[in-house]
Amino acid sequence: MQIDFKHRQSAHCESGVSSNLLFHYGLDISEAMAFGIGAGLFFGYLPFIRINQLPLTTFRCEVGGILKRLTRKLGVKIHLEKFRNPEKAMAALDRGLENGIPMGCRTGAYWLPYFPSAYRFHFNMHNLVVYGKEGDDYLISDPVFPEIQRCSRPDLMKARFAKGALAPRGTMYYLTHVPGDIDLRDPIRQGIQAVCHRMLKVPGPIIGVRGIRFLAGQVEKWPRKLGKRKAALYLGQLVRMQEELGTGGAGFRFMYAAFLQESAGILNKNRLLGLSDQMTQAGDLWRRFAVLGARNCKDRAAESDSFVSMADILRECARKESEIYQELLAAVQ
Amino acid sequence: MKVGEVPQERGIMPENLHEVCYAVNEGGRYVLAESAGWEPKNVANAQAWEIIQTQVAEVLNQVHAGRQSPLAFHMAINQMNVGLLSEYVRMSRWRVRRHLKADVFKRLKLDILRRYAEVFRITVEQLQSVPSDLTQCFKEDRGSCR
Repeated sequence: MQIDFKHRQSAHCESGVSSNLLFHYGLDISEAMAFGIGAGLFFGYLPFIRINQLPLTTFRCEVGGILKRLTRKLGVKIHLEKFRNPEKAMAALDRGLENGIPMGCRTGAYWLPYFPSAYRFHFNMHNLVVYGKEGDDYLISDPVFPEIQRCSRPDLMKARFAKGALAPRGTMYYLTHVPGDIDLRDPIRQGIQAVCHRMLKVPGPIIGVRGIRFLAGQVEKWPRKLGKRKAALYLGQLVRMQEELGTGGAGFRFMYAAFLQESAGILNKNRLLGLSDQMTQAGDLWRRFAVLGARNCKDRAAESDSFVSMADILRECARKESEIYQELLAAVQ
Repeated sequence: MKVGEVPQERGIMPENLHEVCYAVNEGGRYVLAESAGWEPKNVANAQAWEIIQTQVAEVLNQVHAGRQSPLAFHMAINQMNVGLLSEYVRMSRWRVRRHLKADVFKRLKLDILRRYAEVFRITVEQLQSVPSDLTQCFKEDRGSCR
């Protein structure tokens, strides 16, 4: 049994799943557009939350937030359910598939057998679409993989009930109503406003542009405060958060630039094209930071690659992004 | 990032896979471009595995010395701590912590052992044994010693 579902590889799991699900119901929304309307862009340096005893840095919004805002803004109705009992969760999944509905699931990455071993960490914010069943195997459209994947029932059950921080608890969702004709202009504007607001106006030092500056100050202190070895670990974790986990490069900055470019056409605002270019430049700066970071991790840093110069790059990122968000706000007003 | 600059530095990703990222083509338009990997990512990922490997090696030494039970090894190689394992196995933390002691673990009943083995997806026999060293553990299939 198999639903005719079009699998399209994307850079990020949640926005990819959103885009693919909408496409199944005849709404062609690109991944970048889904990410933008869902207001996925973020920055937060949260040293009090530890992953593997290292501080958490995040470049995206809360898990589930993109899908929630995207469906709400587009007037798409979505049914989302959590479960206590794994058997019941799998039965509900089977029922949905029998009715020909592609089912979105949140899972942990650790128990998915098709994940390459190098990526197998306890990471509970993964999203995928189950769209069929063959014998005991489920057919899975996992947006970060180029091809369709298979997963046995016990493995999928375990992945859906992964434990630990942000446990998915069998979270499963499907679309129940997709309106035929959608005007993207207001959702785009609102999505942009939400991101700008978050990046510029959230109080406190650790969120948004201020968060980037705060991180810069911390990075500068790391070698003195933590010693060389630990500073390298902190840095490595930061580079991983920025680049590794399905970000589309430069901590989602490139994906957001793609969204701004696409929006320029829809809103008929050439100003957004220029801002998209600037966001690309900001992304390039983040990439430069990652290059220096990796050199320091490997202890191959030259004099000019010091923690001070890395902090300077971050401040430059903050300055640039701050300008972008201010102009963006004015552009969509 | 331009399409021509999209890095193709294969490291952590297997041969048959690629990821997609966003890059600008010659016409200045954003497109999805395939990437085989990027050196800074490979470095950061390798570093994360080094940390895990060091921790597992430490625990393995302790198990060989009889200071900890084989359970401690399987917990470490599955990247778990007592809190996470206790959630998976549905036992209290102090109970799991007790089972990490070599002499307590030896006396555990079969159904308790089975519960642990199920979590790690191994047999009870595998749960009761540990490898002599780590050479086999972090080669092809990282983080698994099955």
